[in-house]
This record gives sequence, C-alpha cells and structure tokens, in this order.
Amino acid sequence: MSLLRHTKGGEVHERQSLTVNPAKTCQPVGAMYAALGINKCLPHSHGSQGCCSYHRSTLSRHYKEPAMAGTSSFTEGSSVFGGQANLLTAIENMFTLYKPDVIAVHTTCLSETIGDDIPQITENAIDKGIVPEGKFVIHANTPSYVGAHPTGFANMTKAMVDYFAKSTREDKVARRVNIIPGYVEPADMAEIKRLAKLMGLDPIMFPDTSGVLDAPQTGVHEMYPAGGVTIDELVAAGDAQQTLALGPVCSGPAAKALYAKCKVPQTTMGLPIGLAATDKMIMAMRSLNGGFVPEEIKYERGRLLDLMTDMHQYFYGKTVALWGDPDQLVGLSELLMSVDMLPKYVVTGTPGKKFLKRMGDVLGDKVHESFVRQGPCADMYLMHQWIKNEPVDLLMGNTYGKYIARDDDIPYVRHGFPILDRVGHQYFSTVGYKGAIRVLEQILNVLMDRQDRDSPEETFELTM
Amino acid sequence: MNGHNIMTTAIENNIRLLEARKAQVQTKGSEPFNIACEKQSVAGSVSQRACVFCGSRVVLYPICDALHLIHGPIGCASYTWDIRGAVSSGPQLHRMSFSTDLQEKDVIYGGEKKLEKALLELIAHYNPKAAFVYATCIVGLIGDDMDAVCRRVSAKTGIDVIPVQSEGFAGSKKDGYSAACHALDTLVGTGDTSTIGPLSINILGDFNIGGETWVIKDYYERMGLEVVSTITGDGRVDDIRKAHGASLNVVQCSGSMKGLARMMKEKYGTPFMHVSYFGIEDMSRALYEVADHFGDKDLLKRAQDMVRDEVMRIMPELRKIRQDLQGKKAAIYTGGAFKAFSLVRSLRTLGVKTTIAGSQTGNPTDYKQLAELCDDGTVILDDTNPLELAKFIQETDTDLLIGGVKERPIAYKLGVAFCDHNHERKDCLAGFEGMLNFAREVHGSLCSPVWKFSPFRQKHKETTEKQDIFKPKATYIPTNVVRPGETSGGGGETKFATLTIGATEVAK
Ligand code: SF4
Ligand code: SF4
Repeated sequence: MSLLRHTKGGEVHERQSLTVNPAKTCQPVGAMYAALGINKCLPHSHGSQGCCSYHRSTLSRHYKEPAMAGTSSFTEGSSVFGGQANLLTAIENMFTLYKPDVIAVHTTCLSETIGDDIPQITENAIDKGIVPEGKFVIHANTPSYVGAHPTGFANMTKAMVDYFAKSTREDKVARRVNIIPGYVEPADMAEIKRLAKLMGLDPIMFPDTSGVLDAPQTGVHEMYPAGGVTIDELVAAGDAQQTLALGPVCSGPAAKALYAKCKVPQTTMGLPIGLAATDKMIMAMRSLNGGFVPEEIKYERGRLLDLMTDMHQYFYGKTVALWGDPDQLVGLSELLMSVDMLPKYVVTGTPGKKFLKRMGDVLGDKVHESFVRQGPCADMYLMHQWIKNEPVDLLMGNTYGKYIARDDDIPYVRHGFPILDRVGHQYFSTVGYKGAIRVLEQILNVLMDRQDRDSPEETFELTM
Repeated sequence: MNGHNIMTTAIENNIRLLEARKAQVQTKGSEPFNIACEKQSVAGSVSQRACVFCGSRVVLYPICDALHLIHGPIGCASYTWDIRGAVSSGPQLHRMSFSTDLQEKDVIYGGEKKLEKALLELIAHYNPKAAFVYATCIVGLIGDDMDAVCRRVSAKTGIDVIPVQSEGFAGSKKDGYSAACHALDTLVGTGDTSTIGPLSINILGDFNIGGETWVIKDYYERMGLEVVSTITGDGRVDDIRKAHGASLNVVQCSGSMKGLARMMKEKYGTPFMHVSYFGIEDMSRALYEVADHFGDKDLLKRAQDMVRDEVMRIMPELRKIRQDLQGKKAAIYTGGAFKAFSLVRSLRTLGVKTTIAGSQTGNPTDYKQLAELCDDGTVILDDTNPLELAKFIQETDTDLLIGGVKERPIAYKLGVAFCDHNHERKDCLAGFEGMLNFAREVHGSLCSPVWKFSPFRQKHKETTEKQDIFKPKATYIPTNVVRPGETSGGGGETKFATLTIGATEVAK
C-alpha cells in the first residue's frame, strides 16, 4: 500500500488556490535560525505562541539541539489593540531572566497584519529604560504570506547590517572580509571560515551558527553556546575590505545593504557547492589576499577532481529530482551537471526574481530537458505527479521527499532544510571541495546500493 | 521533609524565576498547595506551549478518510504535516498537507474565494467523506466568513464541510481541543444506529499513536464489548456519525475529548467515564470500571482473566528492568496533566521516583491531584521553560526526562536520559504491552553506556583526572572562530590576534 497513493500520474493536475505538501516553510523559522547565529542572541517571535512553538520544534528536530526563543504570546486582545504592550513586557522579561546581549525580534503573519511598528516599540522600550546599557534589540519583518524561510533568513541577516555595521575610517581594513554564508548548516559555515583563513583572510561571518547549533555536551544548560558572530564583529563588518555574499536569495540583500551603508564592496555569488562554484569563491578570496592559493587548498581541490574522475562513469546520464531553497538548488544543479547528471525536475516554493534565469544558466543547452517550477503551487505534489509520469534515478532534497522515495522506490539523498528524520547531518559540510566529496559519495552510495539490490544474481558482482 | 527544604532552597536561591511565574511553580509539601495555572504564557518567556490551532489539528487529524485543509499562510500547514504518528488501518488522506497558502493580496482582499476554490478542487479530486477547514490566526484577523464558505461548498458538493474555529491566538491548545469537539459534534448524530447493541462503547481521546487505539480496542472487544467508534485514532467519518448509538463514552486524557463527551451526554444522554491506559494499574482499572458500568458478570470475568494473562506475560521482563532502574529519578513534563498521573504511577512500578512533574495545560484540580500522588519534595510546574526545567533537573539530580520534542535536546545537552511520551513516540505505550514498551524505552535510555562519558553524570562519581582533561569549558571559543581584537576607541586601527593555521603562521 503506497503512502501517497492519492497522487496519480496522467495529466498534471493544475491548481491555483492551494498548496499540497509544501516544499517550503515560513519566514520566521529562517529569521530565527539566522538570529541564533549571533553570539548571545535570543530570537523573539512577535505573535501568538503557536508559531514560536512550531519554529522552535522544527529547528530542534533538524539540529537536535535546544532552540531558544521568546514569544509575545498574543491574545485576542493583542490582535485587536496591537502587540505593543506584549512586546514591551517581553523585552523586559527577557533581559531580566535570560540576559541576552541582543534580542532579535521577528514578526509573524499576525503581527504583520495588525501592523505593529517594531522599531517604534523598540524605541519606546529604550526610552522607558527597559533595554539595559550595552544591550540591543534588533528586528526584521517576516510576513510569511510574502516569501518563505530563506526570505526570513535574508531579512534577519540584513537587519544585522542595518543595526550594527559601522564605517569608522576612510580606508578599509586589508584582508578583513565579510562572509555571508547563506542558509547552510553550521558545519558549512565552519568549513567556509576554514577556507577563508587558509587563504590568509580575516573573515567576519554572519550569521554564524557553528558552535551554536552543533555545540558539545558540557553537562550544563547553555542558554548561549560560545559560537555566533559577536556585536563587535558585526560593527567591524563596516570596515571590511570586501563582502562575499554566498547565495543571492539569502545573502544578497545584506551585502547590498552593507554597501549602501558603509561602502563595503560586495560580490554576490552562488553557494560554493561543487568544484566550479568553490573555485569561484576561492578566486574571489584570492583577489583579496595578494593573489595566492595555499598548497593545502590546491591539494584538497586535486583530491576532489580525482574523485570526480573515479566516479564519473557511474553518473553518466542519470536524472535527478530536486526540491528546496533556491540557492541550494542552483548549487546542487551545477554540481550534478558537472558530473553529467541532469536535474530533470526542480521545484521551490520560495519566490525570488532571478531563480529561473539562474537555473537556465546552469542547465545550459539541457534546459529543454528539465522542468523547473517556482512559487506557491510548486510543491511536492507537483513533483510527484511529474515523477509518476516519467521517473528519475535519484531524489535530492529535504525530508519531505521521503514519501515519494518510498512510493516510487527511488534512491534518495537528504539535503537542505529541514531534515527531520536523520541524525548527524549538521556535522558534515556539503560546501567547499571537501563538502563536494561528501555529496558525491552520498549520491554514488545510494545509486550503487540500488544497483546491488536490483541486479539479478548472475550480474551481481563483487567489484563495480 | 529534607527533600522539601532542598527544593524550597532551590526555588528561592538558585533559580531565578520570572516574578510573574513564581506562583506557577510549587513544591509538594510546601503548604498550602495552591499553584497558579491556566494562565496565558508570560510574554517573553521561552514557553513550551503551542496554540489553539495546534490543539485542534492534532486532535482531528487522525480521522483518516476526511480532508483536512488549513486556511492560512503556509507555515501553519507545513509544521503540522504528518506531525505525529497517528496510524491508519486504511486511508492515508489525513497525512497529506493541504494549505490555502495565503499570499499578500489574500490578506488584503480576503481569502474566501481562494478557500472556496481550494475546497471544490480538493473535494472533486479526493472525494473525501467529510472535510475539516481549520482557521489560523490570520483568518480570524482578516475576517473571512469561513462558516458561509463551508456551507456553500457543502451545498454544492453534498459532503459535510466543517469549519474548525481554531484561531491560534484565542487561547491555548486546550481551547483547540474544545474547537475540535464542537466540530465533531456536528458529525455525531447523523448516522444510522439501528444495528448497535447495548454492550457498546466509543473510545474517546486516543489517537492511535504507535497503534495504541488498536491495542485498547482489542482489549474491549476481547471483553465482549462492541466498539462503535474510535475518536479519533484510526477514525472514520461514518463511525463518528453513529457514535451516539453507543451506550458509554470511555474518555482518555482529560483535556482533549471531555468536551465531546459532555456534549453527547447533554444531547443524547450518553454517560461517560474517564480512564487512562498508561501503566498496569490505570489500564486494569479502566477495564474493570467499564465492566462495572455495564454491571455484567461475564464482562468482568473476562476482563479479570485478560488482565491476569496480560500482566503475567509482561511481568518477568518488567521485574528484570526494575532491578536496573530501582532508585533512579525522573522528571515529567507533559502536554496535558492527566498523562502525568499515569506516568508517576508507571514509573513507580519501575522503581523510579518522580522529582519533577509538570504540564503545559493543567488546571487546579489536576495539579492538586498530581501533588497528592507525588512524594514530598516533588517540584510541580505549570507552563515551564527550558531554563527552569534544566535548573530543576540539575538541582534534583534527576536521571531521566520524559517529555516532547522541545524537551529532548534539553535533556541530552545536560547528559540526562530521555523518553518521548508525546507526539514523537513511535511505539505503542498504552495498555499492558505499552507498559512493557515504556519500560524498555526508559531502560534503554537510562542504562545506555553513553552516559558514562557525560560530564553531568561524572560529577556524581569521584572526580577523575580524565574528566578534568576532557571537560569542555562553556566559555571556550573554538579555534576556528576568529574574533577581532579590541577596537581601540573611535575609529582606530583594529588589531587582530596572530592566528595559527596548520603549520603556517599568518600574522594579521
Ligand atoms: S502564522 Fe505565519 S509565521 Fe505563524 S506559523 Fe503560520 S505561516 Fe508561520
Ligand atoms: S498563526 Fe496562529 S494558528 Fe498558525 S501556528 Fe501561529 S499561533 Fe498557531
């Protein structure tokens, strides 16, 4: 009995009014994740407590870590009179009890619709003296009826610039580079920093959830684990020589804001997934370090290339269905194309102007063999219908693909956010040369496991 | 009394509670027992609570041949997509996630048209037995007339389209249960009851997580009772329609289905009783009380035989497990308070003492009962937060936390064992075999060798050199984190520390 046997093939059932099995979730969870990447920051959900509870649960399910956040606990009264009183009480309570350095307020659909003016409420809080000296309240607007979780991440990241970055000198500090890593795992952030340091740069990464959502067991409840970008660093970002924004959807807006505010030149590029994209990032770093690439990095790259050569014969002509966040999808597609696999179906529920064009660039002359869809009805249901009509060799994306993987018996690699049904993914990066090695190994493993499972006895072989 | 003193000190000195929360924490033995509860969470507290919609959604969604459409922005739907393992023996329609995915223009111009279109499309496509439409916060705010839309679609399609008034801000999860009960009430009484006999019941308030409803239903059927409907575990619309034909409502878990039982009593005169299926004591009592209600000797006899057989079947292993668990301490944090009672008893069966007991939504009677059940010194909590929970666990030197998804990582970070007795439990924990599963789960986590390495557990043993060598400092900043040096006042040069990377020194 198939789990999703309600989904049938045949003519693709076009819809306008509803989303079935979404390939996205809502803005605040992205804002919450970004805010956790600030050292000693307590995210705060300005709305009813249900939203906050869902967002925290989702982060906890994905990272297997406590995810702290406050809520304004709206009642019927607040939905009529606005949430000012709730937010003021919340700010006071949080500073008293939880002692964060920063409270990062994001809105929910409810407070957005009511139209609460967060900056004004915050100012009010400062006037009333309930924001202690040297502590901060920042905010981002995150209505989910526009945008999805990557948008929320982008908005909160931009808020970090708006509130903190400062240009304090004429010339910029050489080799200091801001890196906005995009909506990636803590391990990815650590890996990108490692590469930047190998390149002889002083990276300021924001947000930075490494050391926050992959912290060690200490035996005590750490309200604020050691990781995360500090306020000083965020201020200092304004004097950096350059900003590297990885992923236009998640990181672009903050980089642009930083340029507008502090004249820090910025380069926006794709996530460094796969060899070519990582090369691009390393080249951008090289233009800041006086033009060298250390042996260690060349060595890592060479190993990835060697592995790609060893593997390429198995990848030839394989088709893949992908879903998730735009920046991730472009990166993964590029990696797949580089080993001769075709991203046949690609869906994202996250809106954003340039996605289709970026996908077109990556797909090149294969563009006519692929189906790419973006927007509210670009969901897992649509993807399943496509697959029913013409199957693929591999599925790649977040946990929401597991029903399709089972129903149509297709090899499946989990990637992106959220992954709710596996443990350990947050420790392994999928960016940089090393990350690409992991992704390729995961892909080949599932493909070969399938071959082993399916091949008849006479062709089942010890070596492959 | 000693325990009491320690607790009081813990509360007064070591744990900073929000002033407004003080009344929501009490220690058994500190008279008079008068806990504050049923309050809205304090704004700004990291509450573990959810919303009205969440309550309605978890309660209704196990009805597996109905369509469940969430009218609201996307998040509310995607977080509740197949969120707990309410198992179905047939249709799987309930596990799909349907959302009107409201966009900005809908928020401005209203979402009624979109809702109607979505319903018509879905009903035509899936042909469900009935449809539930859930209101989320924003729907309450933009003022969509869901009732009218549902009525229209009902008239057009000929199936029941039931609005669930579950705007998130209108209270807590509990209010969501009552909205769900109202929705169910519109179905009950619409089916044919002519074939139903007198020895018949409805099972209310069990959601078939890990197949629990099946286990319970099997017990009742073995006793000789007819189970008319299971509301809502493995539920079917047509069974619910004829629920009023049953002679008795057996209601589990005080919070969620009490409302429906009350409504049915009023409308149809169906009596109801409260039971719990967790633990040997409570499970046996449930079967006996139901038998008593019917005053039927054969029923009672069969119940007794069954209890004896079942208990004998699980006892040998329980005894073994108890030997390992004797003297351990547990903290309980549940959604509803009713479950906490059963857990305290079940843990006692296993030789485990309850040091902390709390819930998200208990009422004064619940907490009083809970306090009576617990030993002196037990901390009783209403609507707690991670900080409090973690502190109390450490102060009371607790070995195991029983809770839900948000509590699990709190326990693990502390190095404390954990058992999920909430949405994410995978095994059946109800009934006699459920007791055994529960014991195995607790045993599995509590006695895992991983805790040997945990700093928290090691504190209680002699300090070893090794422990000092490896204990991470909370304040340590990993080497891969670069911090800019102190900025020397207004716009001066920023100094960077020298960094060692591999063998190369890079001076900044
Ligand atoms: S109301 Fe908006 S913010 Fe809250 S869960 Fe729903 S979509 Fe997300
Ligand atoms: S918007 Fe309202 S209904 Fe939806 S999750 Fe948030 S509190 Fe619950």
